Amino acid sequence: MDLELMINSFPKLLTATFITIKLLSASLFFGLFIGLLFAILRLNKNPIINKFSYGYSYVFRGTPLLVQIFIIYYGLGQIEYLRSTVLWVILKEPYWCAIIAFSLNTGAYTSEILRSAFQTIKPGFIEAGKSLGISNKIIFYKIQIPIAIKQSLPAYGNEIILMLKGTSLASTVTLMDLTGVAKYIISTTFKPIEVFIVAGSIYLFMTFIIHNLIKFLEKKYSFYQ
Amino acid sequence: MNIIKKFGLGILITLFLTISANADKIRIGTEGAYPPWNSKDASGKLIGFEVELAWALCRYMERQCEIVEQDWDGMIPALLMRKFDAIMAGMSITAERQKTITFSQGYADEVAQLAVMKGSDLEGMDTPSGINLSLGGSDVKKALKTLTGALAGKTVCVQTATIHQNFLDSGDVGSVNVRTYKTQDEVNLDLTSGRCDAALAAAVAFTDYAEKSGKPVVLVGPTFSGGAFGNGVGVGIRQGGDDAIGQRDAQLLIDFNNAIDQARKNGDISRIATKWFGFDASM
Repeated sequence: MDLELMINSFPKLLTATFITIKLLSASLFFGLFIGLLFAILRLNKNPIINKFSYGYSYVFRGTPLLVQIFIIYYGLGQIEYLRSTVLWVILKEPYWCAIIAFSLNTGAYTSEILRSAFQTIKPGFIEAGKSLGISNKIIFYKIQIPIAIKQSLPAYGNEIILMLKGTSLASTVTLMDLTGVAKYIISTTFKPIEVFIVAGSIYLFMTFIIHNLIKFLEKKYSFYQ
Repeated sequence: MNIIKKFGLGILITLFLTISANADKIRIGTEGAYPPWNSKDASGKLIGFEVELAWALCRYMERQCEIVEQDWDGMIPALLMRKFDAIMAGMSITAERQKTITFSQGYADEVAQLAVMKGSDLEGMDTPSGINLSLGGSDVKKALKTLTGALAGKTVCVQTATIHQNFLDSGDVGSVNVRTYKTQDEVNLDLTSGRCDAALAAAVAFTDYAEKSGKPVVLVGPTFSGGAFGNGVGVGIRQGGDDAIGQRDAQLLIDFNNAIDQARKNGDISRIATKWFGFDASM
């Protein structure tokens, strides 16, 4: 064990952790909107609309995240026509390709989590609102969404942690995130165990914080129980 | 119960036999993704200059060999962890690597060069056709200065943990935007997609890709050798030691050096190199 290397690599890895956090928070932000949109579409009575939403979540949950990143980064980059469009400004950057892939992926999982949360809302809550003469829109925002958030917190917490670990795949498209920098240090020191232990500990610490944050929120939203 | 015991014993015996059969086999690690040095054919079989050379060297050593595939970025760690005993993967002999492992004498040498897509503004740089960084001198300084100016603000792509990355990181050509990839294939893909303004690797890696893919990849600037680019490609072996295993590694280095001597004398290296590179890259 090379303790000196572990101590020396720590600040470099910590700097790279900011990229990981940036990737994670951007993906979760976009993913939550995508997830909410597709959960609502999924609950739509129109068969075309809800089949479309089902298809989206089926494809993105049924293929590996690594394959999705490769298709978006290397795959789309090979289409000559695309390179002449405005889209290329975004797709040229590995950072945005990673965020697009992560957002679409976590969006699919989030849509399933939110859909099941919406479906477990007892009809009595909605009927109670209606009997008070509250409009459907207000019932949706003030009754259905808060209950759905509370219901989905434990599963969503899991999804955040899975996504945190998923961001390590960003290093495969040249991004210098925590895993990318760890690999870079290993490529010059040839000591994988020491460096990966430090990188792993940083991931573990982030998981610890996310876990406790979700636990805190669960407690806060544990009304009417 | 008896059956389970017999079955378990059977497994143990098989395992023991496999281990002892492998004990005196030399395992050689290669990447299988850096044509024409080493690559894989359509059926997944390892082929290339180094694969063929490895079999030739094993014949001279009169030893049984096994060629093992290993990702480039884990090559030296895997050698140190004894997943195999020798590296033959287009690995240049550099002072940096010699801190961790040792090398046989070089068996082949091949220059590095920048590649761009046809029509790039990097085409037609005014530099000598080749520079040797170990020699130095005003020619080299002037060429590096031209390169520094041409590459300023450009994204140059390289495979990770290579001499090419070391050269760009050394600052000899200013502070270019270096992007690293796991394999040379991915570097080639992003060069054609336009995400890289230029790429740096062994010149043959680009000519091989241009030929096979039909993409308009062209070589620009001087060919590089010496300095960060090392002193040719050799067999990477663990540094020897005083214990039994260390002595075996030290003996392996001697065996490889002798085998390379014989293969060179008999013209085998030249012949295999010409077959794969199209020119004699042996040394």
